[in-house]
Amino acid sequence: MEKELESLKHLFKQEFSKMVAVISRLFGLQHIEIAEDIVSETFLLASETWGMKGLPPNPTAWLYTVAKQKAIHHFRRNKIFDTKVLPEITVRQELTDEAEALSFSQENIQDSQLQMLFAVCNPAIASEAQIGLALRILCGFGIDEIAEAFLSNKETINKRLFRAKEKLRAEKIKMELPPENDIPQRLDNVLHIIYLLFSEGYYSQTQNQILQQDLCLEALRLGLMLAAYDKTNLPKTNALIALMCFHASRFNARQAGEGEVVLYEAQNESLWDYSLINQGIHFLQLSAEGNEVSSYHLEARIAYWHCIKEDTPEKWNEILQLYNALLMINYSPSVALNRTFALYKANGQHEALAEAEKLKLENNHFYYVLLGELYKNIDNKKAKASFEKAFQLAKTDTEKQGIQAQLNRFTDEHTH
Amino acid sequence: MKEFLLLFRQADFAYRDLSAEDFRALTKKWQDWAGGIAAEGKLGNKGSRLAQEGKVLKPGGVITDGPFVEIRERLGGFLVVKSDTLEEATTLAHGCPVLETGGSVEIREIVL
Repeated sequence: MEKELESLKHLFKQEFSKMVAVISRLFGLQHIEIAEDIVSETFLLASETWGMKGLPPNPTAWLYTVAKQKAIHHFRRNKIFDTKVLPEITVRQELTDEAEALSFSQENIQDSQLQMLFAVCNPAIASEAQIGLALRILCGFGIDEIAEAFLSNKETINKRLFRAKEKLRAEKIKMELPPENDIPQRLDNVLHIIYLLFSEGYYSQTQNQILQQDLCLEALRLGLMLAAYDKTNLPKTNALIALMCFHASRFNARQAGEGEVVLYEAQNESLWDYSLINQGIHFLQLSAEGNEVSSYHLEARIAYWHCIKEDTPEKWNEILQLYNALLMINYSPSVALNRTFALYKANGQHEALAEAEKLKLENNHFYYVLLGELYKNIDNKKAKASFEKAFQLAKTDTEKQGIQAQLNRFTDEHTH
Repeated sequence: MKEFLLLFRQADFAYRDLSAEDFRALTKKWQDWAGGIAAEGKLGNKGSRLAQEGKVLKPGGVITDGPFVEIRERLGGFLVVKSDTLEEATTLAHGCPVLETGGSVEIREIVL
């Protein structure tokens, strides 16, 4: 029984988005909620049936067959198929009945998912809810998981998802790929959403590490989906994939370093996932084609250098230059802080301190952690005061613990 | 926040005579300096370096190869910074590597 439930949970993650995409493709995005309901009902039936009879020989085929029956039944009963869908698709595909059109072939699944990806990432519906919608529709996350990832509650998430779907309808978003010439530009928004999904997982404030990792791996899967399709397999797509591989390779090492603020420094590189690093290098090489240097290219190369543990002047100067270039494309306080840290490693403490003092990111606890680090041995009083300020501003217990550890080291070493 | 154009002027500087290593070091100086401005969130436009060759068109259709004969320094490149005052923009220009090779930075507010 437990085994059945476990595999059902796994199947749900894996199949939910595929099934919703295929059903929505045929019946239209305006019926996306019905598609979700049909798939959820299918899984409910599966849990009841399989719980009693055990797993069928081919669980996925079972799910597809049941979902198909349910979808046809629903849409026939509501005459949606006959009056709305059929007139359109007969012109398009010369299909005469829905059973034929509602195919769960590999090809149709792939096409439908790709179309769904572009639909959900349509800039016309851009809002705070878009990430939530992507998590739900593209990655099959449960409402409670999404709520946990956003440190929110189910009610709020449900409301947000509802609004996002309303927007899909209001903007008349269709499930289709953009015209070929528009793909490079429309792809930017898709890549951006995938990037946000990944970041949501990687820097999420939830303490649930399995959930964090799931989020990141789902983002990576979406990226790979784009790379598998010729027209979306562009250098910037490969750069984003490389970036995600390099970061994801440090998952286990990061978790070992829990409680440390400067996580990377404390990492044990034997815990790095070298198959992901190699996959990252592969995609980084692919990303080098063409002339475009996107922020993903720069971030991927920064992440690549972080996969080389040995500190050399070359490494830190490369990282510094990449951060310089990244800041010129896109300023953000965290990039400015990382750049200043790289400046410290490449050009020395005094130069970095002078630059850090200019940043004045006064409500940012990471800023004070950096200042504390840079004042060390130059002005220990200020160093300690900076860490104290960082402690006040820190948001989570983990962060506070890490800063406290720095403060303790202070009273032990520096003042005697 | 206003925008200011920083114009880098320099007497003829023989970049070609620099060793590869010196050239890299000089490039790094420029990048680190501009990166520092960007890190403060005050970079408006990363600007461009200008090629050494150029033409100048004067009234009456007179074209010369450049202003080199008449003025001591020529325009080498530009950058746009964001700041509230001319004074602050001037402070940002401090540390510009062109100053180390005898050049100057002209700071002008961009009037929209």
